[in-house]
Amino acid sequence: MVLLDKGPLPNPGGSTGHASNFIFPVDHNKEMALLGVQSADQYRELDRSVDAGGIEVARTPERMDELQRRMTSATAWGVEAHLLTPAEVHELVPFVNPDVILGGFYCPSVSVVDSLDTGTLFRNEAIETAGLQVFPNTEVLDIETTDEPATGLQRVTAVVTDKGRIEAEHVVIACGVWSNRIANMAGATIPLVPAVHQMADVGPIDVLAQTNNEIAYPIVRDMDTFCYERQSSGSMEVGSYAHRPILHHPDSIPSNDEAALSPTEMPFTPDDFDPQMEQAIELMDMLGDAEIKYAINGLLSLTPDAMPCLGETVEVRNLWSAAAVWVKEGPGMAQVVAEWMTFGSPRVIDAHGADIARFYPEERSDEHIWARAAEHFNKTYGIVHPAEQWETRRELTVSPYFSRQQDLGAFFFQARTWERPQWYASNADLAERYGVTEREVEWDNRWWSPITVGEHLNLREHCGMVDLSAFQLFELTGPGAVEFADHLSVNKIGPVGRATYTPWLTPDGGFHSDLTMHRLADDTVMVVTGVFDGGRDLHWIRKHMPRDGSVTVTDRSREISTLGLWGPNAPALLATLTDHDLTQEGSPYGSIVDVMLDCGGTDVAAKLFRISYVGDTGWEIYVDWDDGPALWDALMANGRDPFGLRPTGAGVYSTSGRIEKGYRLQGAELESEYDPLEAGLARPRVKAADFIGKEAYLRAREQGEPEVLMCTLTVEDATDSRGRTRWLQGGNEPILTLDGATIHDSHGRVSRVTTAGYGPSVGKQILMAYLPRALAEPGTDLRVMYMNETFPVKVVGTGGPFDPDDTRLKS
Amino acid sequence: MRILVCVKRVPAPGSKINITADGTAVDTTNLGFTVSPHEECAVEAAVQLIEGHGGDATVLTLGAVEAGEQLRYAVSVGIQRAVLLPTAGEEWDPQRTARAITSAIRQMESADGPFDAILFGNESADSGGFQVGIRVAHALGRPMVNGAKGLSIDDGIARVQREADAGRETYELPLPAVIGVKEGINLPRYPTMRGRLASKKVEVASIDPADATSGPMAGAVTGPTTIALRPPPERTSETVILGTGPDAAVAVVDVLDEIGVL
Amino acid sequence: MAPVANRTVLAVVEHDRGTVAPTTFEALTVARTVSDRVDALTIGATADAIAGDLAAYGVASVHQVHDDVLTDYGPEAWGEVVAHAVRALAPDVVMASGTDRGNEVLAQAAARLDLPFAANCTELRTGGGDGGGDGDGVEVTRIRWGGSLLEDATLPGGITIVTIAPHAVEAGPAATPGAAEPVPFTVRLDRSLGRSVVRGRVEREAGVTLATAPVVVGGGRGVGSAEAFAPLEELAAELGGVVGCSRAVTNNGWRNHADQVGQTGTRIAPEVYFACGISGAIQHWVGAMASKHIIAVNTDRQANIVTRAGYAVIGDLHEVVPAITAEIRRRRRD
Repeated sequence: MVLLDKGPLPNPGGSTGHASNFIFPVDHNKEMALLGVQSADQYRELDRSVDAGGIEVARTPERMDELQRRMTSATAWGVEAHLLTPAEVHELVPFVNPDVILGGFYCPSVSVVDSLDTGTLFRNEAIETAGLQVFPNTEVLDIETTDEPATGLQRVTAVVTDKGRIEAEHVVIACGVWSNRIANMAGATIPLVPAVHQMADVGPIDVLAQTNNEIAYPIVRDMDTFCYERQSSGSMEVGSYAHRPILHHPDSIPSNDEAALSPTEMPFTPDDFDPQMEQAIELMDMLGDAEIKYAINGLLSLTPDAMPCLGETVEVRNLWSAAAVWVKEGPGMAQVVAEWMTFGSPRVIDAHGADIARFYPEERSDEHIWARAAEHFNKTYGIVHPAEQWETRRELTVSPYFSRQQDLGAFFFQARTWERPQWYASNADLAERYGVTEREVEWDNRWWSPITVGEHLNLREHCGMVDLSAFQLFELTGPGAVEFADHLSVNKIGPVGRATYTPWLTPDGGFHSDLTMHRLADDTVMVVTGVFDGGRDLHWIRKHMPRDGSVTVTDRSREISTLGLWGPNAPALLATLTDHDLTQEGSPYGSIVDVMLDCGGTDVAAKLFRISYVGDTGWEIYVDWDDGPALWDALMANGRDPFGLRPTGAGVYSTSGRIEKGYRLQGAELESEYDPLEAGLARPRVKAADFIGKEAYLRAREQGEPEVLMCTLTVEDATDSRGRTRWLQGGNEPILTLDGATIHDSHGRVSRVTTAGYGPSVGKQILMAYLPRALAEPGTDLRVMYMNETFPVKVVGTGGPFDPDDTRLKS
Repeated sequence: MRILVCVKRVPAPGSKINITADGTAVDTTNLGFTVSPHEECAVEAAVQLIEGHGGDATVLTLGAVEAGEQLRYAVSVGIQRAVLLPTAGEEWDPQRTARAITSAIRQMESADGPFDAILFGNESADSGGFQVGIRVAHALGRPMVNGAKGLSIDDGIARVQREADAGRETYELPLPAVIGVKEGINLPRYPTMRGRLASKKVEVASIDPADATSGPMAGAVTGPTTIALRPPPERTSETVILGTGPDAAVAVVDVLDEIGVL
Repeated sequence: MAPVANRTVLAVVEHDRGTVAPTTFEALTVARTVSDRVDALTIGATADAIAGDLAAYGVASVHQVHDDVLTDYGPEAWGEVVAHAVRALAPDVVMASGTDRGNEVLAQAAARLDLPFAANCTELRTGGGDGGGDGDGVEVTRIRWGGSLLEDATLPGGITIVTIAPHAVEAGPAATPGAAEPVPFTVRLDRSLGRSVVRGRVEREAGVTLATAPVVVGGGRGVGSAEAFAPLEELAAELGGVVGCSRAVTNNGWRNHADQVGQTGTRIAPEVYFACGISGAIQHWVGAMASKHIIAVNTDRQANIVTRAGYAVIGDLHEVVPAITAEIRRRRRD
């Protein structure tokens, strides 16, 4: 094992060398929050950490609401936190001007760590225990790869340095802001961009110097100005995420020799910082008269979606990325990658949000990386809604129905690169028909429309048509295709004409994926998966497919489009296009039948897959991309009268229709930390054939009843202390006992809301959460926290509250 | 007391300085800019004189409009006024620079009275000419000492100390005088945040340097003119590693013996 | 480059009340490469005795100037003398060493003559010689950025005024000594030039200085604190040397700026320079590079200073430096 660094050690000149090194352990995102806490603990164990405490102060009412939300997340992750009045903030940090703030969110376990020294300790441990050889001042000039014909990928073979060539089976790129540049040498991409974060060190300041301490006062995050103030001995570091986004290409970062300070401490551009100075002085008057001893445009890594880049690169096998990792989550992220390489998947946490395979090719271009990094940089301390949409780089991928959807006033959500209608303005009459109104609190109403409830109820009453073109379709063909498909899947691949709904497991028996496998021919299986997981699933296929050439994988996602048609009138409507028997006999649940659809005189070949993710009978209809518009037009023409067909948005498909039935979603309910027994997706028997994760799965089954069960709950009263009806957003809100305690299982997994939404057909807000078996009994009364208030909830059971006997599906 | 301090905007490179493709200038991509270290001390000296004696200080530079950043730096640490002699950004040789500054000083002095002291840095960090301040002093007919590591002004006399091989020399220059300041004379302060914000509000006066350096005033010959910049040849000697840790002491002392310094 | 006949170099001899600055001989060594006629100018009666030392360096005539104003150094008075001499003697090249005084005096002279002046040259290529340059212009190589860069530049024709960068060449006697014939040179100096003559001085305490010490023990950021310089002081004292430091040390307030070796500190040229815990940033290197021998002590084998030094010890200076001192003492006892 060899460590190469272009720079000297222990400080090679990267971002760690100038980082402010503090960890706020509260984040709304589970991966970031838990890895932050886990990393903070690793620093503590090494005695390279001081619990300084930290306070996020609010200057606006909106921020005070956000602090309530952060209290909720703190509760979920088990982090001690308190809301403070301005006077209490002033008491803890006497140099804060209480007159400019409305309150604070205080977290005593906010820590300041020595990240460079921690790196040295880890390195030394690896030298001692694993014989690591360390080569600083060694520049990587090239990464050599070889063709791997069976997968169409490259495989890494060697690293060429200015001091020689090293053959390597595995190569990990942990090169911080330079990572994409290094990955590019191998033909791979690590989508991140070096971005400036301005920081000024001002001092000396007596009140700080008198503490005789590196850090004695809590760190203050001035959230509404996107700034922080962090004591550093006798001076104060003032950092900003408020200035204009300043991005650099990794090739333009100066070398250690060329840089005045270090490569990632770029020259300070004071004009960008001036507004922050004024705001900092407002909050802490003493800062105004302190000298600016040191100020930099420090570089850090930003990705297109603000999440790290971990795992194997999708282009080059055995080339790994451990990049876009900040000090606050460094040790935890390192553990994720190490476990991934060792065990085949991370163990410490489900890391799908950080998985580098999540990016589609369009998301790996500099244009995309730069635009998105620029867009989210100022949201670093922003108040970001869980459903918040991007403004830049829209319409990267659109379905064949896009122009029709635009004409119907579709409100698009972007799912990675794909535009999907969330609801249609043309359905505004449905909201009126069903008497749906706007929500009382703007936050609950944001990125939501009453129309989506109207679309839902219309589907249940008549029928709806959902654009599912964003489905990712990967065709496995060849003599080994079926065997390989079985190797990936827990459930047995069915005969030709059948689809199998199945998990894919990690080697540890947790969920990697949840999808359908369509047996289209003797030697062909089509993998159909969701748009958020397409990249990860395609990588998983390539990673595991046989090397003997017996299987070929082809991405058909942009050759085949899918329309979903569901509702009581769906069979009758579809019957207007075909003579095929559409009853449960002629088109049984789970079957795929080939039909010719008469679309306004044009014959369109279609595959009808009888399935439902919304709880009403109907089909996923697969047609050639170019035939899609004809099908859309035919359904629209025949459907309105008398079948009541409406184009229906993803708000129904992904949330309200789904959770009324208690259907699980990969990445929400289904994560690698949970197994099929816990998720309620285990079948009575296990197939004979081997599959990835089988051993672990069998072990879990042998242990008997699982400790936790995925449950559906209903909110019994959502009235808050101010008399307003609140609407949960499904952002990891903790489920509490009636005493208000959080609920954990023996693995430390917390019961939290994985999906929340309104169930229009049951008239209640519905939540999904894993609960210990004792609490999973239907009718159990519990509470949920939302915006730092608790509300009564009742367990429905492991299934959904709507049509529990599936009578509508079978009709 | 009225003080003028003259500064030059220079890039702040690392240990390796890149040169532009045409070979005649420093590639300043990704470099910050500053004033020469000696000039930081000259600015500090000016501020200290004003703090001690009252009065006001002016900072002057000849350079592109971007050099306003350096003027504001000086204002942010306590200089009151700023004057820019705007150029198109090209390098001016020392004679032309000195003529332009001299002319600007004459203009300023005829309007507002003489400067008691004019401070320069000992030499600029980039071109290292060692002469602009001296040329200006001569043109103005004022006494000038370069290399000042100590400066005080009393009773119309500027007392200047400087280091020489034999010890510390003292000069007593009758005012008005010109002094070239050397790093080490003081520890320059950094701008405060308030100072920085205040500096943004100061209006930078502009005096066109062209009149002083063109036409009949231009003089016959000036220089030097840069043909090319290049890095110095690397010293290529192989390093002899004498050992690792304290055990190497024996080998080190052997070398000292060989060299003959034991 | 071959010297050019029919040219005259006038070398301004730097001295302090009769003690010649050693770098003057370097300038004379360069002067001989420019022209086969090198004359010298000594300023003040105290300098008359220097003439004898100049013969070995090939000086033909020594122009000696006496005046009451010249009893001690004064930049304006000296510059005025040089300007007079240039007007009267019409040399092709005026040269001095690029020291504080050398640069100051020639700048004063150039100001008076309104001629260009190029400081800290390492090489001159005169027109008509083999070094290029056209007509009677002169091409020079000079150091910029404190030595981080070299500049090739042209000076217009006429009289060329330059200083020679200290330690750019090693001083060496001429193959054939010059006559060094004293020639009185008379100027009338305005008494007012006395306004910038040295008024007083505090002689340095007996002992070596950073600039003259045979051994300098330098410490950088790696030393860690002001107190941690004690072992470096001990080693320096053992070798009759002094302690120097890098700019990082001065900026941290661990040592006085007077100890700083570097571009904006003191340039040193000792027999031995110990560079302890110094990375070797260019700002420091240009001040230390004239050292005859450099011994780096550093934990990082790849540090700039290690790769540039003649000798290196890889290790923690806090252990290595005391061990060297102890070893010296042991040998002296034996």
